[in-house]
Amino acid sequence: MLHIENLRAEVDGKEILKGLSLDVPAGEVHAIMGPNGAGKSTLSYVLTGRQGYEVTGGTATLDGEDLLALDPNQRAAKGVFLSFQYPLEIPGVPALTFIRTAMNAQRKARGEAEITAPAFLKLAREHAAALKIDFEMLKRALNVGFSGGEKKRMEIFQMAMLAPRFLILDETDSGLDIDALKIVSEGVNAMRAPDRSMLVITHYQRLLDYIKPDKVHVLSAGRIVATGGPDLALELEREGYDKYARAA
Amino acid sequence: MSLATALKSGDVTLLPGKRDEDWKWTDLRGLLRVLPAASPASDAALPLGPFGDLGEVEIALVNGRLRGDPAALILAAGQSRVLRLRFVSTAEGSHAAHISIELGEGAALTLLESYEGLADGYVADAGLEITLAKGARLERVVVAADAEGAVSVSSTVVILAPEARFAQTLLTDGARRQRIETRIAHPGALAEVRLDGAYLLAGKRHADLTTVVEHQGVDGTTSQLTKGVVRDQSRGVFQGRIVVEEGADRTDARMRHNALILSDKAEIDAKPELLIFADDVQCAHGNTIGALDEEALFYMRQRGLPETEARALLIEAFVGQVIERIDHEPARDLALAWAADRLRA
Ligand SMILES: Nc1ncnc2c1ncn2[C@@H]1O[C@H](COP(=O)(O)OP(=O)(O)OP(=O)(O)O)[C@@H](O)[C@H]1O
Ligand SMILES: [Mg+2]
Repeated sequence: MLHIENLRAEVDGKEILKGLSLDVPAGEVHAIMGPNGAGKSTLSYVLTGRQGYEVTGGTATLDGEDLLALDPNQRAAKGVFLSFQYPLEIPGVPALTFIRTAMNAQRKARGEAEITAPAFLKLAREHAAALKIDFEMLKRALNVGFSGGEKKRMEIFQMAMLAPRFLILDETDSGLDIDALKIVSEGVNAMRAPDRSMLVITHYQRLLDYIKPDKVHVLSAGRIVATGGPDLALELEREGYDKYARAA
Repeated sequence: MSLATALKSGDVTLLPGKRDEDWKWTDLRGLLRVLPAASPASDAALPLGPFGDLGEVEIALVNGRLRGDPAALILAAGQSRVLRLRFVSTAEGSHAAHISIELGEGAALTLLESYEGLADGYVADAGLEITLAKGARLERVVVAADAEGAVSVSSTVVILAPEARFAQTLLTDGARRQRIETRIAHPGALAEVRLDGAYLLAGKRHADLTTVVEHQGVDGTTSQLTKGVVRDQSRGVFQGRIVVEEGADRTDARMRHNALILSDKAEIDAKPELLIFADDVQCAHGNTIGALDEEALFYMRQRGLPETEARALLIEAFVGQVIERIDHEPARDLALAWAADRLRA
């Protein structure tokens, strides 16, 4: 599914990703852990095409297709979804309006018909109920005045609605209370499918108790410096990143 | 110094211009070297205006000449009415019009006012005098659709009695030079003012929204929200002044001006002022001028919206926050459609 090879990228002339390689096969969930400033969010932005993140070398493909050549919205239409570490506020645009507009834009890009209003509302009610989101909140301007945890929950709601194929969760657990963490994790787990993969960026083992990864990678100083099974996360929790900081 | 007096006397030196503090950003004196001859009369039928056939009565001023019965502009106590007031320019040249509107006690008027440039290159002046008796309510929705080459000034004086409510929403896409001015004598005394506006400018158009509210007594409220979107080489001017006179305690006055500059050649000049001479007041003003939020745009694109669509959605939502404050629902819908047209053009 996702194949990254020797990826190099810089921000404002500063190299952040320094030859990063990573494979996430279809159906798998991979976790990325690593110290602050290692380049985890940078990786998520490079994969989604944020302006100012300049790729200076390497490749990133989704099912063999060059992701880096596409506009951010084209990547979204291909099924790449990023749950932002810091979701943005969209003043004046009700959450539901926003999601429906996004969904129809993606459908249009893929040559599919628009979703009908009743079908959309039905879908929204189902997912809102599953994520315990008050439907009234979906009528408010997206993320405006939402609490940190509500914003994260709204990211997962959007993800559930848009049903992407490749999910990047950037610290979705930060800012969530214990119950919310559970609800959100259940929402994410419900999306596991043989033709869908996930990259879960987190600092905490606790999230991985809920969302069980197939593999865990350590990202340090712009590269993947170690890869292992779920046990690696436990080891990191005990011992920290010291050994990898030296290796990097 | 006003366009009206200059037109009446034919003396260009009476035009307001740079040297008048209030007109420094909307210089007519420097623009008009000569005053054009009076526009001809016209008896051609008018096409539908921005408000279509909403409302019960229409009064038009075509090249400054009245069509319709001005008696409709005077509402007796308790009367209510929805009225279209159209200032239409169908020819070059200059013209001026003056209108008085009076609402008796408890009367209610929805005033759907439009400026329509069906010709180009005219110089037009409109003066309005609006008086509200105790407890009267007026909602004024203005769509100023002047021609690109027009010079147009509209000045309104509003006099409110206690417990009156005056709500205004101005929408304009500017002209060669355009000024829309509203001056309100606010008695306090539980009278309420909502004073909103949006300027949506492109090309080389210019719009100036100038307002003055004078709170003269205790317990008055004013809520003002103005938004601007300027593109290309256009220029928006916002001058908002709220004066709270001595003794006008418990005044609640809020003024916000937020504008988006979408090109480096566009310009906005803003002067929000709160002059407070009373002690016990709640007053605030905010003024922001900036570009579209690039991070929000990226977020929207990550969800699948193409860039142009993401921009349009953000801008329409930005302006929509003014339009949604219009009470009269059909007028609100028309205003939204008018604005969307301007923004997507
Ligand atoms: N505009 C910028 N100019 C210079 N350096 C930048 C810029 N943006 C990010 N960086 C740097 O890039 C590095 C990687 O940042 P990134 O946000 O990817 O880290 P992270 O691994 O997600 O960290 P965290 O765990 O704190 O979220 C940091 O050192 C950061 O300071
Ligand atoms: Mg990060």
